[in-house]
Amino acid sequence: MAVLEVNDLKTHFFTREGVVQAVDGISFSLEKGKTLGIVGESGCGKSVTALSIMGLIPKPPARIVGGEVLFDGKDLTKLSEGEMQHIRGNEVAMIFQDPMTSLNPTLKIGTQITETILAHRDVSKQEARKRAVDLLKEVGIPRAAERLDDYPHRFSGGMRQRVMIAIALSCGPRLLIADEPTTALDVTIQAQILDLLDALRQEHDMAMILITHDMGVVAETADDVMIMYAGQIVEQASGYELFDNPEHPYTEALLGALPQLEGDEREIREGRLIAIPGRPPDLVDPPEACRFAARCPYADYDDTCSTVEPQLREVRPGHWVRTAHPASERSGERETVNA
Amino acid sequence: MSSETDSSNGALLTVDNLEKHFPIRRGILWEKTVGAVKAVDGVSFEVAEGETLGLVGESGSGKSTTGYCILQLMKQTSGSINFMGKELTQLPREELRRMRREMQIVFQDPYASLDPRMTVGGIVAEPLEVHGIGTRRSRGEQVRKLLDIVGFNPNFTNRYPHEFSGGQRQRIGVARALALNPKLIVCDEPVSALDVSIQAQILNLLKDLQRDFGLTYLFISHDLAVVRTMSDRIAVMNQGKLVEVGTAEQVYREPRDEYTKALFAAVPVPDPHRQRERKAERARIREESRAQTGDGAPA
Repeated sequence: MAVLEVNDLKTHFFTREGVVQAVDGISFSLEKGKTLGIVGESGCGKSVTALSIMGLIPKPPARIVGGEVLFDGKDLTKLSEGEMQHIRGNEVAMIFQDPMTSLNPTLKIGTQITETILAHRDVSKQEARKRAVDLLKEVGIPRAAERLDDYPHRFSGGMRQRVMIAIALSCGPRLLIADEPTTALDVTIQAQILDLLDALRQEHDMAMILITHDMGVVAETADDVMIMYAGQIVEQASGYELFDNPEHPYTEALLGALPQLEGDEREIREGRLIAIPGRPPDLVDPPEACRFAARCPYADYDDTCSTVEPQLREVRPGHWVRTAHPASERSGERETVNA
Repeated sequence: MSSETDSSNGALLTVDNLEKHFPIRRGILWEKTVGAVKAVDGVSFEVAEGETLGLVGESGSGKSTTGYCILQLMKQTSGSINFMGKELTQLPREELRRMRREMQIVFQDPYASLDPRMTVGGIVAEPLEVHGIGTRRSRGEQVRKLLDIVGFNPNFTNRYPHEFSGGQRQRIGVARALALNPKLIVCDEPVSALDVSIQAQILNLLKDLQRDFGLTYLFISHDLAVVRTMSDRIAVMNQGKLVEVGTAEQVYREPRDEYTKALFAAVPVPDPHRQRERKAERARIREESRAQTGDGAPA
């Protein structure tokens, strides 16, 4: 059974400039022990999706205007703040992009970990402290017992992210949401943190949502992948299927825009990258039909793109896409895409 | 790679044994220097005219400091920087100012590197004004031409930077760097603040400009895939030292240095099949280095 099921979630921001449809009809489900990768560029709604699940969107201006977030069959959007506080930490935990700012610089690491444990568990201070040491050991921090009395500035970026992970794990959540957990870190440290998250997920049989802009990170970690664009899901499939047979023109372009690390020397140095012209639409007033049409190389084949809103449809078992022109249904040559 | 290198070998830029140390000071009233951070610690390399040398490394490796020292935006502690046959570290102020025409920089953050109170036209014209090139009118024409070259609408010269997205702003930054028709451009993480699709636009632009104007780039980045697509040769820095220099092909296919190997193995590639193999490779390299150093703790 799915740990998490999100149905037609809509989170809008009510601003002076108008209503920003940041998340506009997202549905997915996530099984125990699995990792879902959510990929997209800045402003596509991936972080707002995560914050909506956690009940952490800033109200006002934001409000969940539709849909449901079922955790173990319970709709989290209907819970009171008090009930939600019980869910956060105990059942669902989150780690953020910037380990430099998500720890309190004026409190010792140990205080910050035990604080979480004491808030959620009925244990003594000694027991909480012992649990904190175990957690730091588990996330790979050497000399854990001594380091409990250090302040955050004594830790490097990678070590701070380990501390954040320890705090997130402190009450044994069944779902961990990681929002760009390695974006602020160097690549060698990123690899360590990804390995750690993967090991912890297996050991604790947690479900994980990994939000990132990095296709490489998703390729490494995710069982299932969801590509977001302008507040909507544009493509959804298993990791292997999505990377082997991308269907949406946006997914194809995202992959084409990435510089290659491996491959033919001359091709890499002399070749051009596929750039996506223009920029994402304004979510106060998004296009009524396809939101990607203005940047899509296939959009002018017929005029349905600017008149009919494409729905998510299953082009192959388990592979969903929102476009009138998925790769498998195109005939003829691919149009050249220019910068 | 040794101190025997000189400017007679045809390199546009020769850096020899460059060092930049930052003092560590203690105390408030009686401040004492108690040590030094060796940000750049004996770095030597050459860049030939028309080529791109990629300078890669993680944060704190000294790659940006190296770039700043080359442009003399920061005074080196010791070492020599020979650019177009002139020893930059010894040049009198006025002569250095003239040399600056030939070497420009594109910064990482297009949100911070453009003066928010200047118009786009003013920003691009500024280098021309500073160096007293042309008349007001001819500069205006030149600015329009430059903006057109970098793919920025020349009719927007009277607008302000905040009206534009990151990619557009970085185009303004590139136009400013091109204004004086320099030989060398130091690109300091020019795309790391941009989304992937926009990043590709800027990288393509930089490639086109190099081809059209015969530019020489020192391309500084932490992103190994970006560096590979831009560079003919690659230099890898770690903790202030150059650990490896070679052609892009050699460094990527047969890295000799242990750090370089670990660095490349750590990059996730957008292919789940391949990434599984790379992950195993990464684990193997980590085990090897752990066995060698006898160090059980993660770095």
